[in-house]
Amino acid sequence: MPRYIASRLAVTAVMALLATLVIFLIANMVPGDPILAQLGDVAASNKAFVAEWRAKWGLDLPLWERYLVFLKGVLHGDLGISIASQRPVLEDIAQYAPATIELATVGFLLSLLIGVPLGMLAAIKRDSWVDHLARAVSLIGVSSPTFWLAFIMLALFYGGLQIAPGPGRLDPIAFSPPTVTGLFLIDSLLAGDVATFRDAATHLVLPSVVLAAATLGLITRTTRASMLDNLHQDYVRVARAKGLRERRIVNGHVLPNALIPIVTLGGLAYANLLTGAVMTETVFSWPGLGRYTFRSAEALDFPAIMGITLVVALTYLVINLVIDLSYALLDPRVAR
Amino acid sequence: MPDMRAPAPPSTIAATPVLAVSDLRTQFFTDSGVVRAVDGVSFTVGSGETLGIVGESGSGKSVTAQSLMRLLEEPARIVSGSILFQGRDVLAMSHAELRKLRGAGMAMVFQDPMTSLNPVLRIARQVVETMVAHGSFGEKEATERGVKLLGRMGITTPKRAINSYPHQFSGGMRQRVALAMGMSNEPALLIADEPTTALDVTIQAQILELLRELNRDFGTAIVLISHDLGVIAGLCSRVLVMYAGEIVEEGPAEAILSHPKHPYSWALVNAVPRLDREPVAGKKLTAIEGAPPDPLSVTRGCRFAPRCPFRIERCAEHPELLEIGIARKSRCWVTQAGVGLDTPAPAPSPLRDRAKPPQTLSREQRDQEIDPSPLLEVKGLVKHFALPKRGFLEPYRHVHAVDGVDLTVKRGETVGLVGESGCGKSTLARLILRIHRPDAGSILFEGNEIAQAAPAAIRPLRRRLQMVFQDPYASLNSRMTVAQILEEPLRFHGLATTSTECRERIAELLETVRLDPKSGARYPHEFSGGQRQRISIARALAVKPNFIVADEPISALDVNIQAQILNLLLGLQEELGLTYLFIAHDLSVVRHISDRVVVLYLGKVAEVAPAKDLFAAPLHPYTRYLISALPIPDASIERRRERLRLAGEPPSAVDPPSGCRFRTRCPLAERICAEIPPPLIEHGQGHFAACHFPGKF
Amino acid sequence: MTAFDQASAALATFTPVRSKGQRWRRRYGIATLGATIILAWLLIALACPYLTSYSPDAVDVSLRLRPPSAMHWLGTDELGRDVLTRLLYGSRISLVTGFAVVILGAAFGTLVGGIAAFMRGRGEELIMRLTDLVLCFPPIILALAIAAALGIGTMNTIIAMLVVWWPKFARLAHSLVLVQRSQEYVEAAVVIGLKPMRILARHIIPNAVGPLIVLVTLDLGNAIITFAGLSFLGLGVVPPTPEWGSMVAEGRELVEQWWVAAFPGFAILSVVLGFNFLGDGVRDWLDPKARQR
Repeated sequence: MPRYIASRLAVTAVMALLATLVIFLIANMVPGDPILAQLGDVAASNKAFVAEWRAKWGLDLPLWERYLVFLKGVLHGDLGISIASQRPVLEDIAQYAPATIELATVGFLLSLLIGVPLGMLAAIKRDSWVDHLARAVSLIGVSSPTFWLAFIMLALFYGGLQIAPGPGRLDPIAFSPPTVTGLFLIDSLLAGDVATFRDAATHLVLPSVVLAAATLGLITRTTRASMLDNLHQDYVRVARAKGLRERRIVNGHVLPNALIPIVTLGGLAYANLLTGAVMTETVFSWPGLGRYTFRSAEALDFPAIMGITLVVALTYLVINLVIDLSYALLDPRVAR
Repeated sequence: MPDMRAPAPPSTIAATPVLAVSDLRTQFFTDSGVVRAVDGVSFTVGSGETLGIVGESGSGKSVTAQSLMRLLEEPARIVSGSILFQGRDVLAMSHAELRKLRGAGMAMVFQDPMTSLNPVLRIARQVVETMVAHGSFGEKEATERGVKLLGRMGITTPKRAINSYPHQFSGGMRQRVALAMGMSNEPALLIADEPTTALDVTIQAQILELLRELNRDFGTAIVLISHDLGVIAGLCSRVLVMYAGEIVEEGPAEAILSHPKHPYSWALVNAVPRLDREPVAGKKLTAIEGAPPDPLSVTRGCRFAPRCPFRIERCAEHPELLEIGIARKSRCWVTQAGVGLDTPAPAPSPLRDRAKPPQTLSREQRDQEIDPSPLLEVKGLVKHFALPKRGFLEPYRHVHAVDGVDLTVKRGETVGLVGESGCGKSTLARLILRIHRPDAGSILFEGNEIAQAAPAAIRPLRRRLQMVFQDPYASLNSRMTVAQILEEPLRFHGLATTSTECRERIAELLETVRLDPKSGARYPHEFSGGQRQRISIARALAVKPNFIVADEPISALDVNIQAQILNLLLGLQEELGLTYLFIAHDLSVVRHISDRVVVLYLGKVAEVAPAKDLFAAPLHPYTRYLISALPIPDASIERRRERLRLAGEPPSAVDPPSGCRFRTRCPLAERICAEIPPPLIEHGQGHFAACHFPGKF
Repeated sequence: MTAFDQASAALATFTPVRSKGQRWRRRYGIATLGATIILAWLLIALACPYLTSYSPDAVDVSLRLRPPSAMHWLGTDELGRDVLTRLLYGSRISLVTGFAVVILGAAFGTLVGGIAAFMRGRGEELIMRLTDLVLCFPPIILALAIAAALGIGTMNTIIAMLVVWWPKFARLAHSLVLVQRSQEYVEAAVVIGLKPMRILARHIIPNAVGPLIVLVTLDLGNAIITFAGLSFLGLGVVPPTPEWGSMVAEGRELVEQWWVAAFPGFAILSVVLGFNFLGDGVRDWLDPKARQR
């Protein structure tokens, strides 16, 4: 097991290094000269001035040296300066991350808590109404564009029925709780502010449901398929021949096996959540990373986009590492 | 110590039998119709009795076994009959009552030990839960008892074993665990559904011995389901023979095996070559033609009649299972009328009957026949496969599949290659055919060195060197018709250029393997396993080879089909003057078909000898164990046999033992065996053995 | 009632053989529905100038934000353009980009993965690590970065999507070819002496192509959603090109005038559902065993 962990860690480190290279290459394949774009026409016509600028930003160096400079910056937490906000990208990201983490966590828990039991029930009661419901939920979940689903929810429950609060994390007139973690649900409780907690919670309902939808479809579908696979395995028949109760067979024998592919799904689900966050936050004016991404894309704020991509890729790698390790815990066959 | 091989006490007809099944009918309600898998089966099992149920795949024996515990799922349903277990009707039980019965009074062991244990749970939990669920023990006592049970089942370090996961065990060990689970509540009846089919012959012998002991020591009645008469003969006092969902014969094991009273049992008994007998009347086996009836359509008359060599007019009526002697029943008009089955020679089938002009050998082939130089000469062949790396930082590890093998095949002879799974026999075949490239060594085929030759250089030789594969379902491309499959080699080697030529040659090939010459337009999935194997043979014959490597060509087939294919191969050898390298794990088949036999153990040759000498006087201890482990389908012989028990399991081919590969299981092993690998030395006329102490065992 | 009684009762009412038509409908009914939806959208994309009397770009501010009516079935948007007309025209770009990305991505990925599996050794290692590398980015985020680097435009967005699209096909093709390679019928072809290209073309590809076709079908919907998503973020098409994702983006703040954003989203949903239905049907058809799931 320690060898397995070491080996996975090594792979992750190598991939992370390669990921920075990929991002560096994307950033440097921009058609046109970024310097010319930044300097403006007058300065750009002055050759000596341009050369000076190039030297200042290290653009006169060969590509690989520039990569080393970039890598050094990344290792020191320097992701460049956002054009739009004129602040270091990492600072921007640190500011917006908590809102997204809060939203994504609630959305993920929601899809897991609904998806796994629904998929299980659908597999056990195959061809019953639960199964049909599960199939409909997962089909609509994976087939509807998140940005549209977000809009429909908002139009229906906020615009139409007026039973849900509007966009944002809190009411426009409310004050944020004192920042400890940046997660409003936790910060408000820490401050003992029940009203703000309730406000934050109600604002979370619609966006988290929307965010959960795509992941929910995926999880339901996989759970069902995996349960069905395992329900017909020989060891289930053996368990039945032992005289075990059906409930015990399902929970004690089938579920531990069926969960394994669901864990592997985690990486995919996380990618879905991120994509979903960009769309959902944009529609719900949620001040998180997703909306920051949208704004940066809209403004073609290049350093910001690259910074986000790098942070997301690294997070993605870490998530996959965690998945690999928990996989080894669940399945004794993986790491001997 | 009492004689371990003593048969179970003769079944004293107890007042109430453990199990009484009457008129059991189990049917599968499929989209294409109702399959009558079990169609009116009645039998009893006395207390402590051992009953065998034998039949080929699809005969309903496994469905019967699963019906006994009501383990079948949709679309299978038990539609009528009664199953009385210790006087209580299993079919009338509620789910709660049924649960109390399962695993307590009646337990079951399944065929495939690799899939029947839950892979993610520790052995401890799987063994203990049976006892705890039935309230017979608390968690702690159950664990203690579990350790004892594992020890009783022959697991050497039970304390460590109980905390392991299934994947850490071999198949044989897992089957012991499964038996421990089955016996944990000391059931009155143990149902074992093909418990040794997935295991190697030496491991099979261990498990059968264990079953025998359990029956003797615990008085547990055993119902053993098997397709193998030898397995049944060694363990069971009484036998049921099933065919097409019905019991066709019932009686004491000895009587049925020596004097079968139903033509189907007769065919089963005679279809298998036997280790204890010289083949009578040439090498042809008694094979009944055809295949079992379509389970969707029920014939009115006797279900076996279409294939029966003893068929009479009355067989158009459906016979009943009637008493024909003391404790013997048969479902056959012929034997019920008191006629024996031994006298008449099987009626020749219409296909076989067709006079076939013997194909004249080409001049070239005849020349080769007199050529004294060996057809194939393999020296020092080595192949190691790299395993997928366990992790990024881990080193590559290699399976030593073939590790220095010498082999010679002379023109016109049949060389048998035997060994247990993992011994490298299939890899060896693929090296000779250069599907894989060897790491070292030489392969001389007709004087051409092909071990490292480029594919283009080997291509012309492939015309004379062909292969028949093991799995009739995987060896034919399912997206091509039979004609396309056969046309490919013809066209490629320029043996037929026009489409008329092709068509004629394809029809001829199909006829050669006794298939309908018009069946070329059909796809492989429309054929049965045996027929597919014939197509596979036809493909190999298409290029008119003189050497065929057959890699376990019959091991995936039922015994009757096995006999048909063996007969076909023997016939083809006669007609076409073929040379065979015949690979098998079944010793009796190898002995039957081969002139010389090569025994492989863990990538090395253990012994080479003419077939007769090898079986009469084996020199290598491993060969002796192999021969002794093979069950013989004769209950009286089987019980009297002095059986050698080979302990343990083959070591891993990733890290094989130093010196002699067999030393870790060998009773003769001394220090020299660990230090020096024994060379393959000739000890008698053509009899080689790789052992430091040949024949000392 | 015991299980035995239930079984006998069931037997009494059991109709053993379903008619051919019933079985076909049970199996392919949904797939037919999916195919119909897709076919309808393809026809719309071809014939949209004949289906509507408005122009997709005709701006008329006096008509802005009209709710659905007999004149404008799906209402008008902020610039007074007919939503239905733009929605019909929008099918063109969605279908074209969807097919382009998936077919090109599948072709390239399959080729690369297949070659990797066939040649083995270092080349295989290199190609498969490259797919690993691309797969370690969440697809839409990477596509977003590349599209941003390349600049706004349909062509650039397609290129960006292709970069993130091919690895999954390379992965699938690689594993399929690997599985087929060790099958006995391929070994038999080697023993006959066939050349590698013929074995690949005649034996391996016909047997490996099924799962690829299924993935292509299911993925078409995925590609359409992704492209619409990138357009929603302002990267896909240059305005005023009618495109479903950007139409939703234009209407995303008009909660009161819901029709502007709602209907284009419905269009996306219907196409994606169509491809999902069809894909499931194709899978059942190619692999009867998958029906058990």
